[in-house]
Amino acid sequence: MTGQLFLQQLINGISLGSLYALLAIGYTMVYGILRLINFAHGDIFMMAAYFMIFSIMTFKLPWFIAIIIVIVATVALGVLIEKTAYKPLRNAPRMSIMISAIGASFLLENLATYLFTGVPKGFPDIKVLTTAVKLGSLSLTIATLITPFVTLLLLYLVLFITNKTKIGMAMRAVSKDFETAKLMGININKVISSTFVIGSSLAAIGAILWGSRYPSIMPLTGVMPGLKCFIAAVLGGIGNTAGAVVGGFILGMAEIMLVTFLPAFTGYRDAMAFVILIVVLLVKPTGLLGEKVTDKV
Amino acid sequence: MIDKINNKKTRLLLNILLIVIFATVIILLDTDVIGDAYIRRILNLSAIYAIVSVSMNLVNGFTGLFSLGQAGFMAIGAYSVAIFTVPLAERAKIFYITPQNPFLAQIELPFIVALLLGGFLAALVAIMIGVPVLRLKSDYLAIATLGFSEIIRIVFTNIKSITNGALGIKNIPTMPTMWVFFGIAIISIGFMRLLITSSYGRAFKAIREDEVAAEAMGINLFKHKVMSFSIGAFFAGIGGGLLATLFATVDPNQFYFPVTYNFLLIIVLGGMGSISGTIIASFLVTAGLEILRFFDEPLTLFGINIALFRPGLRMVIFSILLMLLVLFFRNGLMGQKELSWKLIFDWFSGKISRKRTGQGGGIQ
Repeated sequence: MTGQLFLQQLINGISLGSLYALLAIGYTMVYGILRLINFAHGDIFMMAAYFMIFSIMTFKLPWFIAIIIVIVATVALGVLIEKTAYKPLRNAPRMSIMISAIGASFLLENLATYLFTGVPKGFPDIKVLTTAVKLGSLSLTIATLITPFVTLLLLYLVLFITNKTKIGMAMRAVSKDFETAKLMGININKVISSTFVIGSSLAAIGAILWGSRYPSIMPLTGVMPGLKCFIAAVLGGIGNTAGAVVGGFILGMAEIMLVTFLPAFTGYRDAMAFVILIVVLLVKPTGLLGEKVTDKV
Repeated sequence: MIDKINNKKTRLLLNILLIVIFATVIILLDTDVIGDAYIRRILNLSAIYAIVSVSMNLVNGFTGLFSLGQAGFMAIGAYSVAIFTVPLAERAKIFYITPQNPFLAQIELPFIVALLLGGFLAALVAIMIGVPVLRLKSDYLAIATLGFSEIIRIVFTNIKSITNGALGIKNIPTMPTMWVFFGIAIISIGFMRLLITSSYGRAFKAIREDEVAAEAMGINLFKHKVMSFSIGAFFAGIGGGLLATLFATVDPNQFYFPVTYNFLLIIVLGGMGSISGTIIASFLVTAGLEILRFFDEPLTLFGINIALFRPGLRMVIFSILLMLLVLFFRNGLMGQKELSWKLIFDWFSGKISRKRTGQGGGIQ
C-alpha cells in the first residue's frame, strides 16, 4: 500500500460517502415527518438515472438543460408516489403503509424492467463530469472531486430551508408532533409534499453523479444504494439532516476501506452495511446525532 | 340451514367429504389420470408457498412483528437439502471449480433428515438473529431482518467450498409424489394452527394488539417474540428445502430479498392473521402468476402486434395488484377470520354475521 494509492482511495471514499449522503438526506427527512421508510427512494434515484440517459441519448439535450429536466421529472415522480401510495393511507396501521411503500418500490423496479428491459444501459459520458484531472500523481475524475462539495452545498441549502424558512419551520413542527401541528393550522399535505420535493431533487442530483461514477444503469441499480443510504440515515440518527450526511460519509469510507485493506472480503461489501446497521441499532439506536425518543403509552 | 350447519355431525360429515375429495384429486393427479407435469408443479409450488406464507403470517400477522427475512431462512433450508441429498458420486462434477469441503463431501443424508436439519438450522440462525434484533420496533425490525436475509445470501454466494457459490448446486434428487409436498404442508400448517390456538398463540396475539398491555399482563415479550420468530424461520426453512427438491437446483439468486415480497402479497391478500385466507391466497397468487404469464408473450390481434405485451408486463401487473390491494382492500380476503362451514353458508345465504366468527371449525 503506497501513500499515493491510499490518498486516491481516501478521496474515493469521501466521494462515495457524499453520494450516499445525498440519498440519505431524502430518507431522513421523510422518516422525520412521516415515520416511514420510503422504500421507493432508491428506485426514484434509479429512475432519475434513466431520465438522464433518455434526455441526453434520445433527445440529445445539452447536459445543463438535461440536468434541470431530470430534476423536475424526478420531483414529479416523487410527489406522485407520495400522493398515490402514501397519502391515502395516512391514518392506516403502520404495517399497511410500509407494505404500500414496498409495493411502490417493487412497482418502480418492475416498471423499469418492462420499459427499459433488464439489460444494463450505459450512462451518457458528460465531459464536464468525467474528464480526468491530474492532481500531482493522482488521477481523478471531476465528478469524484466535486461530489463532496456539491453535497456540502446542498446540505447547507437544506439546513437553510429547514431552519430559516417558513415551510422549514412547518416541517420541524410536523416532525415534532404530527397531530398538534395539524391542529395549529399547518397544511400537512403541503409540508409532506415539500419534503418529497427536496428528497427527490437530491436523489436526482445523486443519480447524475452516481452515473458518472458507475456508468451502467439497471432497473435494480437503486436497491443497494437505497438500503445503504437508509442505513446511513440510521447511523447518523434518523430525522437529523446533518447526521445523515455524517452517516453517509462513514458508510462510504468504510466500504472503500474494506475493499482497499481487505481485498479478500470484497464479496462481503454489501453485507458490511447491514452489519453496521445492526451494531448501531444495538449499541446506540438513536444514531450518532439523533435525539432520544421515548415510547408513549 | 344455519342450525343444520351448527350441528356437529353435519360439520364432521362435510369435513370427511372434503378430505376424501382432496385425497382423490391428489391421487388422480399423482397417477397422471388428470392434469400434467406442469399442473402438478404449480400445485406443488402453491403448497410450498402456503407453508412459507403461513410461517410469515405467524410472525407478521399473528405476532405483529414486521419481519422481511423469509427469503434468507428459505435459503438455509434449501441449501441444507441441496448439500446433503445430492448423491456422493455426483459431488465432484458439481463442485468442479472449488472442491467441496472434504468433511461435507462424505455426508449424504436421507431427504427428510436433510429437510428437518435445514429447518432446525434456520430456526437456530433465527434465534441468533432474533436475540439482538427483536428488541427493535416495526420498520427498524423490517429493515434489520431484510438485511440479515441479504447477509445470508451474500455469505452463501461467498463460501464456495460449501455452497458452490454463484454456480449453485444442481442434480438435487426430486420427489416422485405430490404427497411429499402436500403431506408436509398439511403437517406444518396444522402444527402452526395448533400453536396459534394454544396459550402461546393467545400471547402472540396479545403482543400484536398492544405490547405494553401484554407485558403488564405478565407475558414475557422477549421469549414469545423469539419463539414466534424462530418457529416461523423453521417452517420457512422447510419450505425452502421443498423448493430445492421441486426445482432440483438451488443458487443464491433464487433467494434475493424481493422473493419475500411474494409472500407479503400472499398474506396481505389472504388477510393478516388468517391461516385459511393465507392458504387460499397462496394458491391464487401462484396460479395467478402462471396465468399472467401470457402478458409476457407477444400478442397479435387481427394481424397487428400489440406492442404493450412484452416481457416484464406480468410483474408490473403483479406489483400494481399489490398496491391496489393495500390501498383499497386492506383486510384481504378473510381479514382475521378463518374459513368455516358456517362462514361459507352464511355467505351463500347472504347474511354475513357482523360479529367475528369463531376460530373453530376450520377446514384445513
